[in-house]
Amino acid sequence: MGTRLTRANPEVSYNGNCGVCGSRELYGGLLSLWPEDMVGGSQLENANPLIYQRSGDRQVTAQDEDEDFPDKIDDREVFDLIRSINDPEHPLSLEELNVVEQVRVKVNDDQSTVAVEFTPTIPHCSMATLIGLSIKVKLLRSLPERFKVDVHITPGTHASEHAVNKQLADKERVAAALENSHLLEVVNQCLSTRS
Amino acid sequence: MKDSLTLLSRLSAHPDSRCWFLAWNPTGTLLASCGGDRTIKIWGKEGDTWICKSVLSEGHQRTVRKVAWSPCGNYLASASFDATTCIWKKKQTQFECVTTLEGHENEVKSVSWAPSGNLLATCSRDKSVWVWEVDEEDEYECVSVLNSHTQDVKNVVWHPNQELLASASYDDTVKLYREEEDDWVCCATLEGHESTVWSLAFDKSGERLATCSDDKTVRIWCQYKPGNEHGVVCSGSDPSWKCICTLSGFHTRTVYDVSWSHLTGSLVTACGDDAIRIFEEDACSDPQQPSFSLTAHMARAHSQDVNCVVWHPKEAGLLASCSDDGEIALWQYQKLE
Repeated sequence: MGTRLTRANPEVSYNGNCGVCGSRELYGGLLSLWPEDMVGGSQLENANPLIYQRSGDRQVTAQDEDEDFPDKIDDREVFDLIRSINDPEHPLSLEELNVVEQVRVKVNDDQSTVAVEFTPTIPHCSMATLIGLSIKVKLLRSLPERFKVDVHITPGTHASEHAVNKQLADKERVAAALENSHLLEVVNQCLSTRS
Repeated sequence: MKDSLTLLSRLSAHPDSRCWFLAWNPTGTLLASCGGDRTIKIWGKEGDTWICKSVLSEGHQRTVRKVAWSPCGNYLASASFDATTCIWKKKQTQFECVTTLEGHENEVKSVSWAPSGNLLATCSRDKSVWVWEVDEEDEYECVSVLNSHTQDVKNVVWHPNQELLASASYDDTVKLYREEEDDWVCCATLEGHESTVWSLAFDKSGERLATCSDDKTVRIWCQYKPGNEHGVVCSGSDPSWKCICTLSGFHTRTVYDVSWSHLTGSLVTACGDDAIRIFEEDACSDPQQPSFSLTAHMARAHSQDVNCVVWHPKEAGLLASCSDDGEIALWQYQKLE
């Protein structure tokens, strides 16, 4: 079980408002690129989310250190790539909000597939597509190009699950979205390392 | 089975970027490619090798998603994420951008020329399909904006010999349009796919249409005219289109493109599982309920998603494909007896 966050840190939420929703002018292009999701109020959607414990570092085995032994990419390695992604509205990682969990990462190195399920903190979260896009971009940038990366919402955890999944799976719309400099900037902020 | 499809050559067409689409000119002497690097490249054969003859890099500010040759082969149209369509005129070996078509609200996804060469269609994520008329002075005028789709329109393709236009959409449907009293109207909606329809191809007669989808299937649709002997009901004077075959279980990911050879009748698909597959209609199957067999399956045709496959217009069995890995591949397909 986790603890409650009592106050969001205004420094990491854009314009002091709800990350994306509260800044329609700045993200005009973004609103039109991801119309199903980038509309909403100017309030923090989930002001006191549950906070979860971060997991420890990966246990390094003798085999991992053996340079001659080919390490396959596994669930834990992919989880490590995405667990520190920043939430768009809270000064917390996706792991701390339980948006991503290691058990919802499935890697098959032999078949070059990665499937990640993520769980929005509330069923009407308008940030779901942006979070999914950040996970997708992080994996596309980090993994070898042979990997097919599928990012989905954990079944039953979001009101627009089908629409968000469809948009994230459409590589043409993802490519077009990432040519939008405003949206790319927001994604890069989610992917940046917090000091 | 793999022996029936042989790799002829591989070209690094759009390095460090996607190669989105390919188009042969009508005589098959030139192949145009376009990609995420915002360029269009024109490829031609010298001796046994394919070389890049021209690079068209000044037209677009963003990804060039698709290209299409005019039926005369003197013009090339390019659809871009920058919301414009450029028309390029061929002058000997060089190409000059003569017109930029503006009007779509956001990314233009596809462009296609009517068989007469007098009409051009474009479609966009703004959910609309535009029909443009071309006059003798190379002036383009939008004659219709069709808003029948409820989502992003992925592709537009004209019928091979009539002024009938087909469009495929993220709303899972295919729509057909024809001219009626100086305006264009939607005359049929083809429902059946369970996800985005990415592409479509008419057969040589234009009486059949193949569509491919994110639902991992290919569907074959047949046109039934009013009063047809098969008892398919038509409303008014418009033909009905009915799905007569679904190719399911062959593709493991999204099917991004399909091409139907007008020379041999072979169907080829481009898939997100990196494979190219070729299907032939079984000779003894009922034309009203045809069956198709997989006759070639090139599992790792490219190292990433295959975005486009296209049969050569003149040489039977010659095939070009392109991929997210930025490469073009040329293949020779040999039908097994």
